[in-house]
Amino acid sequence: MMMDYGTLRGLIALLILALFIVIVVWAYSKKRKSAFDEAANSIFEEPKDINRDNKNNKQETNNNV
Amino acid sequence: MTTTLDHPSYNLKVVRQFTIMTVIWGIVGTLVGVLIAAQLIWPALNFDTPWLTYSRLRPLHTNAVIFAFGTSALFATSYYVVQRTCKTALFGGKLAAFTFWGWQAVIVLAVITLPLGYTSSKEYAELEWPIDILIALVWVSYIIVFFGTLVKRKVSHIYVANWFFGGFILTVAVLHIGNSMVIPVSMLKSYSIYSGAIDAMMQWWYGHNAVGFLLTAGFLGMMYYFVPKQAERPVYSYRLSIVHFWALISLYIWAGPHHLHYTALPDWAQSVGMVMSIVLFLPSWGGMINGIMTLSGAWHKLRHDPILRFLIVSLSFYGMSTFEGPMMAIKSVNALSHYTDWTVGHVHSGALGWVAMVSIGALYHLIPVLYNQGRMYSIRLINVHFWLHTTGVVLYIVAMWISGVMQGLMWRAVNTDGTLTYSFVESLTASYPFYFIRFVGGVLVVAGFVLMAYNMFKTIGAKDESLKPVEVA
Repeated sequence: MMMDYGTLRGLIALLILALFIVIVVWAYSKKRKSAFDEAANSIFEEPKDINRDNKNNKQETNNNV
Repeated sequence: MTTTLDHPSYNLKVVRQFTIMTVIWGIVGTLVGVLIAAQLIWPALNFDTPWLTYSRLRPLHTNAVIFAFGTSALFATSYYVVQRTCKTALFGGKLAAFTFWGWQAVIVLAVITLPLGYTSSKEYAELEWPIDILIALVWVSYIIVFFGTLVKRKVSHIYVANWFFGGFILTVAVLHIGNSMVIPVSMLKSYSIYSGAIDAMMQWWYGHNAVGFLLTAGFLGMMYYFVPKQAERPVYSYRLSIVHFWALISLYIWAGPHHLHYTALPDWAQSVGMVMSIVLFLPSWGGMINGIMTLSGAWHKLRHDPILRFLIVSLSFYGMSTFEGPMMAIKSVNALSHYTDWTVGHVHSGALGWVAMVSIGALYHLIPVLYNQGRMYSIRLINVHFWLHTTGVVLYIVAMWISGVMQGLMWRAVNTDGTLTYSFVESLTASYPFYFIRFVGGVLVVAGFVLMAYNMFKTIGAKDESLKPVEVA
């Protein structure tokens, strides 16, 4: 039983729409809220002095900190 | 020693290299743009030299601003953001250095071959096949470095900026390789394997998605990291950013046919392109609102911080362009706008307003971090740059809007007996004043970039940590 090409494309479009709705529901579910809040704030947890550390690949220079 | 464990030693060298070259290519690319803008007013400026003609310098300008300036900015920021958000150094060792030197080689080859007249004549994909192969090699290395870094990340969640960067990097590889399929006939001449309407469709599938993934998704990745960082508050809605990502990448890919309205492309394909372009308005504005609203409750920061102003105004231009774009994709509007200066104005509100301003803002944030300073050498100069750039862009796009609509109306005007009211040359003469305004706008943009370079080298040259951050109450 061969499926018509047009029907197949229609089904794929519906599938993608359904997938999109699933993504929206998932993203806005209450369960995910805390994890997303954490992710949004994750960019502020980094150390500021990345350069200093970069230069401190030789560990002996750490004593001037 | 403990600090070394907590803070991985990032590969910042490659980020610094790309950052500096972004500013240099910004000057070069916009300067070539100003030259060809001047040639449209004073044609003698090509000095009767073949390699200084408009036809050869125009692709040099577009390649320089998109692939030299814009893409270097994306390399710099994506390499920086992926390391910091994944809390790990870049994957691939020397491969990152290869992407830098390889990419700069591509640009230099473009600067040499385009003025000499070697071109595949595909817009935004003009470079001939040996250079295309080098681009593919560099890009595959970029994929390995970026995704390799994501794989070895020290945190479980992949921050949203990386999703946008990743989407951009993968898709550009597919687009470039797909559209550049050619049969070489000599070292510097090749013919596309596609022909006729299929060739046109492939070209604009590539062309519009270069806009969608390189000039949009990539820079949205930049936006999702640097706007919250500079505003010092998390993104307005992380949930919206996820929906934004999936909606944007699943819709953009279909919009290409709007470049081919009223051509030999089948009507149904034109209509699909139009509808998908209109729908695209939604994720675009979702993203813009998400970026701008990040500042909600902290609007006062815009008064003191010209870097934040660059970032937020870039989003305003993004919103404007992504409203204008879908509108221009409507077939009846396109009948008026296509082939006129309106298109040129639209492109530059996106390129100078959105892409350049978000990059400039991100780099002003990044440069002090990369060079161990609390701030840029001169905040005042950033402010001057902001006003030069903004004035330049507004002059440019307003001039092109007026000129474009005027051209569209003049070209379609017919007398009662059905003959054309105006000759083409009459519409060209009418555009001259606007070409001059555009030229002035371009000069202001270049001047801003020169100030930025000065500010950057002063910051790099300053003694470590001598520039203290400004405390704002």
